[in-house]
This record gives sequence, C-alpha cells and structure tokens, in this order.
Amino acid sequence: MKVILDSEQIEQILQDLTTQITSDTPPLLDIAVIGIRSRGEVIAQRLSSRLSRELGKDVPCGTLDITLYRDDLNSPQGNHQPRVRTTEIGFDIDDKIIILVDDVLHTGRSTRAAMDALIDLGRPKAIKLAVLVDRGGRELPIQADYAGYKSDAAPGELVQVSLMESDGEEQVVIE
Amino acid sequence: MASKRKNRLFKWHRKHLLGLRELSAEEITYILDTAKGFEQVSTRSVKKAPPLRGKVVVNLFFEDSTRTRNSFALAANRLSADIIEFTKKTSSVSKGETLLDTARNLEAMGIDIVVVRHNAGGASRLLSRNINACVVNAGDGFCEHPTQGLLDVYTIRKIKGTLNGLKIAIVGDIAHSRVARSDMWAMTKLGAEVTFVGPPTLMPTQVGRLPVKVSYDLDEVIDKVDVINMLRIQFERLGGNPFPSIREYSHYFGLTVERMKRAKSDILVMHPGPINRGLEMESEVADGQNSVILEQVTNGLAVRMAVLFLVNQAAAHTSR
Repeated sequence: MKVILDSEQIEQILQDLTTQITSDTPPLLDIAVIGIRSRGEVIAQRLSSRLSRELGKDVPCGTLDITLYRDDLNSPQGNHQPRVRTTEIGFDIDDKIIILVDDVLHTGRSTRAAMDALIDLGRPKAIKLAVLVDRGGRELPIQADYAGYKSDAAPGELVQVSLMESDGEEQVVIE
Repeated sequence: MASKRKNRLFKWHRKHLLGLRELSAEEITYILDTAKGFEQVSTRSVKKAPPLRGKVVVNLFFEDSTRTRNSFALAANRLSADIIEFTKKTSSVSKGETLLDTARNLEAMGIDIVVVRHNAGGASRLLSRNINACVVNAGDGFCEHPTQGLLDVYTIRKIKGTLNGLKIAIVGDIAHSRVARSDMWAMTKLGAEVTFVGPPTLMPTQVGRLPVKVSYDLDEVIDKVDVINMLRIQFERLGGNPFPSIREYSHYFGLTVERMKRAKSDILVMHPGPINRGLEMESEVADGQNSVILEQVTNGLAVRMAVLFLVNQAAAHTSR
C-alpha cells in the first residue's frame, strides 16, 4: 500500500480545481456541481462550497446514483451486486454548465453511465468532468476536463480514496 | 487486498418473489430501500431508465385486475423491458391449455420474467419450479399478494418512519384476502402489531395459528391503532351468507365518518382497492385527510420496479 496523496495535498488539489473551473466559467452562465455516489458526492459538496465562495453566488450541488445506467448490470461477470440508491438533485439542470464529479477516473464507464443518467434529467448547456485522480486505463473515449492528480497505477492495482465525511480519514492510496 | 470498507455485505439472491412469508426482515427492508431509488424515475422529464433493456416481462393474469396489472406493466416499461400482456379470456386457456403449458410456451418465445396472478394458491410456486424465467407472484388464491404487502409497508414506513411498534388493524373479509396475509407477514416481520378485525364468518379457520390478534368488534380497536387497512368484501368468492345484510355489515365494520372521530388524529387509512364506497368505507373517509389510498398506488409502481429489477439481478448474477 502506497499513499499517493495526503490530506494537505487533497486540500491543495481541490483549491486548484476550484481555480481552474472558476477561470473557465463565463460569469453569466449558471453552473452546478453533481457528484457521482458515493465519494464523488463528498468531493462535489466541497467543490460547490468553494465555487460559491469564489464566484460570489450560490453554486447548487446534487448527487447522482448511476446504478440503473451501469453497463454491467446484466453481465454474469459483474459479480458484485450494485445497490440502487437515490439521486438527489434539487434543481433544474436545463441550460446549466454541469460539473460532473467523481473521485477516480479509470475505465470511463461510470462517466458514460453518469452522462446518460444526466441526459434523462434534462438538457444541460454543457457537462464537464472533474476528478480527484486520473489513473489511466480508459476503455471508452472519455477524458477529464479537470484532473486533480494523474497517477500511473498498474491494471491490477486499486486506487482508493478516503475522505473524512465518508471514511473518517483523508488520503488516497494505491494497493 | 482492499482494506474492507464498511460495505454492507447483504446480497439479494432470489430470482422469484413468491410470498413474503419466506422473506426475512432484512430482505423486506432491502426491497423497500431499493424502491426508494426508483421513486424519482417517475417524477423526472424522461420517465424511463435502462436496467431491463432487452428483457421481456409477461403479465400472465388468470384473474381480473386493474391496479396490479397496469402497475406491473408500467413498472416494466419504465425499466425499458418489453411487456407481453396475457389474459385468460383472449388466450388458448379457454381452449383447455393448462397453466404450465401456457407458461412453457411463452417461455419458448424467450421471456425473462413472468408476473402471474391465479385463483389457485401456490400457482406461482408451481410455475417457479417448472420454468427457468423469474416468477413474480401478483396474487395466488387466498395465499399471498407480496407486492401489495410491500407497497403497504412502504407507504407506512414513508409516512411514519418505521413499522416498529405500530399498531395496525386489518378489517373485513380476512378469510378471502391474500392482501391480509401478505400484509400480516411484512408488518409483523418489521415489528408492527397486527389485529385482524371482522365477523367470525369472515375469519380464516386457523386464525389462532397466525401471528396476529383477533377482534370481532371494530369499535374496540378503532381508537388504538396507528394504521387501519380496510378490505373489500370479495362477493365473487363468498359462499353462503357470512353476514345478514350489507347494511348490517357496514354498521358494524364499515369505516364511517362517525367512527373516524374516535380514531387517532394521525391514523393512516388504507385500502388495497377496488373500493366499494359506502360498504366497507364511506366516501368522505376514502377521500379524507387521513386516506393514503392513492399514495399506495403511486408507491406500488416504485415497489414493483424494485422487485422486477432485483429478481432480474439475481438471475443475472447467481444462475448456474
């Protein structure tokens, strides 16, 4: 097990992501943050409060459950059974720039599922992808617009993000 | 390798839903929690999600139904499955084909889930032992109607927060009611105290063996319960004369405005439908503040989506 990010580095990355997103966002457009359950949800909440502060306006935050859109639901290899949870997005996503947030970008399959799920909720102006860690290994043509940290984890390795709100500690490890 | 996070290890493994009697409290709670995730599919702009895309669901109904049948059809549609509607009256059953032959022939067309309602108790179980598709019981004889039981406890849990410690009366034609039985199993497993109320002629013969209290006097119960579920008199199944007249039945066991005055102010009034207004329940009560009858129907859709989703998941991941 190797620690690749500690709490200070995570803090710095979130600040960098906030700065990048802020400088990219035209001031007149509405922006909202939506996190993919479950670690993406926590990062999205942190980003939304930082962005609200930075932009001086309320940046709403929602949570997306992508279970119903996964591509391995009916494949016998998908051995674990995903648990359906709720999507909680208390605002209209139409015509907003949506910052879609996940903890780790790997195959790109979760992102694909999340985009399909979002489109069923409305028609955003744009969807942009922000992740804490990009570990490579894509299986779909998907890239992050904002990647906090690029890691070169080997295919069999696991990049695990722990956050205070969900795990009681703050670090990213490869094991 | 992975440091085990506090992942709940519970796994749904049933590819059939035949009754609630055989389910644990944990399994029932898991279905209810899953249904919560399906509620929002019906409220957003695209009322459809893809998890059953390419699957075929058959509504195999040998008895009449409005709510259950349409609810299952809509649930299947919202999960992107294709649905075949089968009714006894327009099928070859009228030419003498048996239940099993009918099901096997439908299965030969490549179906994945059979939703079955039949007047014989155990019909869905018989089917589950003889075909490969998933089987969901939509009512069998006087035995069970599991999705009704689930949507009833879902509705109660949503409003009251929990079933644990609640007092619930189920009133009327208990003897002929599969709803009463499924309700009883689900409610008692989740910690509620259930009382069956009705005339002795409409009680099941072995009611003493069931995990319920029994009362023959609605007035004795009405002021003590948190939930009251009123059943329809199933005239089509009645033999003999279980009570002297409809008027007398309504007088003793009907939920009237007068009786409601003695009930707790936050009592939930439920009915599985169809209602015979003025018989088991006065219209003012059916449409009144405490009535959650239409919420039951709405919740039924989410619960049935969850059930179809889960049996299909079990079939996809645990089969041979």
